Amino acid sequence: MPLHRRQIAIAGFGTLLLRPARATPQALQAAIEAFADGRTPRQGRVTLDIAPLIENGNAVPVTVQVQSPMTAADHVRQIALFTERNPNPEVAVFHLGPRSGRAAVSTRIRLATSQRLVALAKLNDGSVWQQSVDVIVTLSACVEGG
Amino acid sequence: MATRALVFAPKTARRGEVLEIRATVQHPMETGHRSDSAGGVLPRDILRRMECRWDGELVFAADLHAAVAANPLLAFPVVALASGTLSVSWTGDNGFAHTESVAISVA
Repeated sequence: MPLHRRQIAIAGFGTLLLRPARATPQALQAAIEAFADGRTPRQGRVTLDIAPLIENGNAVPVTVQVQSPMTAADHVRQIALFTERNPNPEVAVFHLGPRSGRAAVSTRIRLATSQRLVALAKLNDGSVWQQSVDVIVTLSACVEGG
Repeated sequence: MATRALVFAPKTARRGEVLEIRATVQHPMETGHRSDSAGGVLPRDILRRMECRWDGELVFAADLHAAVAANPLLAFPVVALASGTLSVSWTGDNGFAHTESVAISVA
């Protein structure tokens, strides 16, 4: 059955209404504070490696490394990745320990639009370190439609 | 349909060596934010957690959210201490559970 113009218009309007609320800088801040557990994240030690210009936001390779000896006395417990303008700020939390040997993880993520990414590391002494990176996304991950 | 998963790890290692493990599993990671052709919202279907154990000892874990790309690939380091079985398990929405194991011999 061919779609009538009005039906298409209604479908289009519905898509607009269903567009999910984007995470905001406030949501990002709240997510960071929840992860940091009352500590203020300090700049440094964390390296967030991602291409500054991204053609396709559907699967973006990203690597987070933290300077740490990864011994029983001094190691990274968690590495977290947050976004500013995806539908939800949380991306992933990685759990490491002395058995990791190195503090480095890689994965592939979705990015809905050009935005800021924040990588945080929580050490066994409770201190939190961070680095943020701004990226430009030319084709966003398909958030609105199939 | 059988779930396909791959765990890349060296078969042999020296004691104390830091190995890079790469693990991926076939999964759509449907975000719950996309709409279908009828204007409805596709329900969320994502993996929530991935755990890696070496002979039962938890050596790495990840909490995943909708922003992780489909067919999640994770690369992470593990120290080889003794020969054993490395098993990676994924769990998620709709009761998804899958485990993949590889044997690593440590000299």
